[in-house]
Amino acid sequence: MEVEILARVQFALTIMFHYIYPPLSIGLGLILVVIESIYLKTKNPFYLQLAKFWTKVFALTFALGVATGIVMEFEFDTNWATYSRYVGDVFGSALAAEGVFAFFLESGFLAILLFGWDRVGPKMHFFSTLMVCLGAHFSAIWIIVANSWMQTPAGYHIVGEGLSARAEITDFWAMVFNPSSVDRLLHSVIGAWLAGAFLVISVAAYYLLKKRHIEFAKSSLKIGLILSLIACVLQFFSGDHSAKGVAVNQPSKLAAFEGVFKTTSEAPLLLFGIVNTKEQRVDYAIGIPKLLSILSFGDATAEIKGLDQVPRADWPNTAVIFQTYHIMILMWGVMFFLTLLALFQWRRGTLFSSKWTLRALVFSVFCPQIANQAGWVSAEMGRYPWIVWGHLRISEGLSKSVTANQVLGSLIMFTILYFILFLVFLYLLNEKFKHGPENVSKDIAPYHQLNLFKKEKDE
Amino acid sequence: MIPLFGLEFIWFSIFVILIIGYAILDGFDLGVGMLHLFSKKDEERRLMLNSIGPVWDGNEVWLVTAGGALFAGFPDVYATLGSAFYVPIMILLTGLIFRAVAIEVRSKSPMAWWRWTWDILFSFASFVIALSLGIALGNLVRGIPLDHQKEFTGTLESLIHPYTVMVGIFTVSLLFMHGAIYILMKTEGALHDRMRGWVSPAIIAFIICYAAVTMTTLIYMPHMTEAIKARPAFFVVALINMLVIANIPREIQKGRDGRAFASSCANIILLMALYALGSYPNIVRAINDPENLSLTIYNSASSEKTLEILLMIAIIGIPMVVAYTIAVYWIFHGKVKLDSTSY
Repeated sequence: MEVEILARVQFALTIMFHYIYPPLSIGLGLILVVIESIYLKTKNPFYLQLAKFWTKVFALTFALGVATGIVMEFEFDTNWATYSRYVGDVFGSALAAEGVFAFFLESGFLAILLFGWDRVGPKMHFFSTLMVCLGAHFSAIWIIVANSWMQTPAGYHIVGEGLSARAEITDFWAMVFNPSSVDRLLHSVIGAWLAGAFLVISVAAYYLLKKRHIEFAKSSLKIGLILSLIACVLQFFSGDHSAKGVAVNQPSKLAAFEGVFKTTSEAPLLLFGIVNTKEQRVDYAIGIPKLLSILSFGDATAEIKGLDQVPRADWPNTAVIFQTYHIMILMWGVMFFLTLLALFQWRRGTLFSSKWTLRALVFSVFCPQIANQAGWVSAEMGRYPWIVWGHLRISEGLSKSVTANQVLGSLIMFTILYFILFLVFLYLLNEKFKHGPENVSKDIAPYHQLNLFKKEKDE
Repeated sequence: MIPLFGLEFIWFSIFVILIIGYAILDGFDLGVGMLHLFSKKDEERRLMLNSIGPVWDGNEVWLVTAGGALFAGFPDVYATLGSAFYVPIMILLTGLIFRAVAIEVRSKSPMAWWRWTWDILFSFASFVIALSLGIALGNLVRGIPLDHQKEFTGTLESLIHPYTVMVGIFTVSLLFMHGAIYILMKTEGALHDRMRGWVSPAIIAFIICYAAVTMTTLIYMPHMTEAIKARPAFFVVALINMLVIANIPREIQKGRDGRAFASSCANIILLMALYALGSYPNIVRAINDPENLSLTIYNSASSEKTLEILLMIAIIGIPMVVAYTIAVYWIFHGKVKLDSTSY
């Protein structure tokens, strides 16, 4: 096989596996802040129990996020050296900022969050949790800014020609606030909140089904559902705004999302269909007339550019992207529906006895994961054939001195490694959930065992 | 004469500082990892593991940030090294992943086989990380073949040279000693007493490796000494380094573990400083034509504008990083104890 396809597969595999974890850390980070602020306010040790349990789950997702994330950083230079030279001047400062501002913040205060329960006061502990949550969100900012720059470059100029061409930065803030970065950042962060919220919801629903840790489960469920409701509503607006941006900045990508082959006005919004690339049409299509034009430009007669605007060889893989894009939206619908249903039944007082809703909630943990992955597949495959939109092709970004065997070797190695990692992750997560939260009254003295710790130190 | 304080020079210094930070901080994590199997008791292993428990992943971030700094400041170096050291980097990454997972999971199940498996992986991964970093460093000192497009032209075998392997072993011995002194500082009781017995052989092994690498470098890598020949004042760095090394066994003898650890840290700083002095202004030396093909901090740097932005990021960010790194180490200072949150 060719180096190009192997390198792409390797990147896709490592980034998709990595992306299971950071959204969980971001979402759980926010939930930890909520729980600890309630604890700080009420001083009720029950919330301490809640915080401690979810902290342990957070630690696991964080550790795997770091372990798999470090691979990403080095994959740029091993497989994509030409790309690294091309974008280093622009992209590098975002990555360096991520390291300095986000990773250190997150990992430094994580030590206190995980191991500092008995070593610092509750306020300091809350502050550390806040910083970890902030660090997790920061790390999303910089990497998405960098990725958005690849989608919609701004604030740069091209220096040199041919092989030695590279982008140089001219305006840092124009680079940071390039046309798509804010939309995509909000969209991804809200997606991450949903990932965290539904993990909490799923575990809580599981306990309710099994009638274990009932109080713990109810509180967790409440926090999870409220966060999910907020996030679902926000995601509606964010997704809408983001798609409008794609329509303007990357029309061929939107065409691939919606299976628009011929440039047309009054374009319909397809809800379902199977793309037939050969015949250039969408089979079995069910759609709402004119809606795509209305949503994209606020005008039913607006023209939607089709794939016919770009050469045939430069078409993204429409058959795949159409489906991933629609799966993402479908998953949002499922999450929104489940959230509303659960909240409605809770108000009526029937939630805890309706087994089917609880069962659905247990499996709901997959919805945000599928939505996040499908969304990113659409965004990244939709960029084809560009690695930097309009400037550098994917095929031009590869390392010149790397051979197919090297890439294939490391690809096989990572596949096996990640498979083992995933099994370990599931095993440990399952152990934690089976074990459940620690009993509060037994080993927790009021307020973080702080008195105990001080006494011990004095002796 | 090249101006001493160009932006390139400043950013190269920041990169070296990040690497030194990594070598000192994650260095003792790796040393502790290599020592892990020396104790057969589960409780002692947990004590050693938890001596680095709260800090190891923060320490690893120094490497991540150094990588980011290299990407940002010297994209050509980043791209060339990545494809040149393809296999070593893959080995390094596997080592980092296994170490992280092993630390995270070894104490989660009580079964002996489970813990033994992860203990061996933890220890072996630490060794592999140290060795592959050392071999990479050895190659940077010796140089690698490059062409006019700044691309690596050698093969994997060309990276494995007696000298580079020697630097690899030297790095392992250095971090092993560093980790042993760290454990000595962080533990008490029986483990502490036994560790005292292990520290002396570790120091002796390090000094033998140090002498061997120094002699070999002087004889076979004369380019490393040109800076000192040109400016004899730099010889002081090498001299202080020797004094610092001599001070380590002295402090251990007197039972002042903290000071011994400080000397060990100073040793790492000075060794890295000697390396940086010797190779400056090259970052990647071209062994086939050092005069024309080497990647220097000037011909591989980002644009002035980017270096300015990076400097702003560093000026704002690094003091904050140092501040809370110190805060975290302060909160977890003292002898390590096991509690319900321990690994």
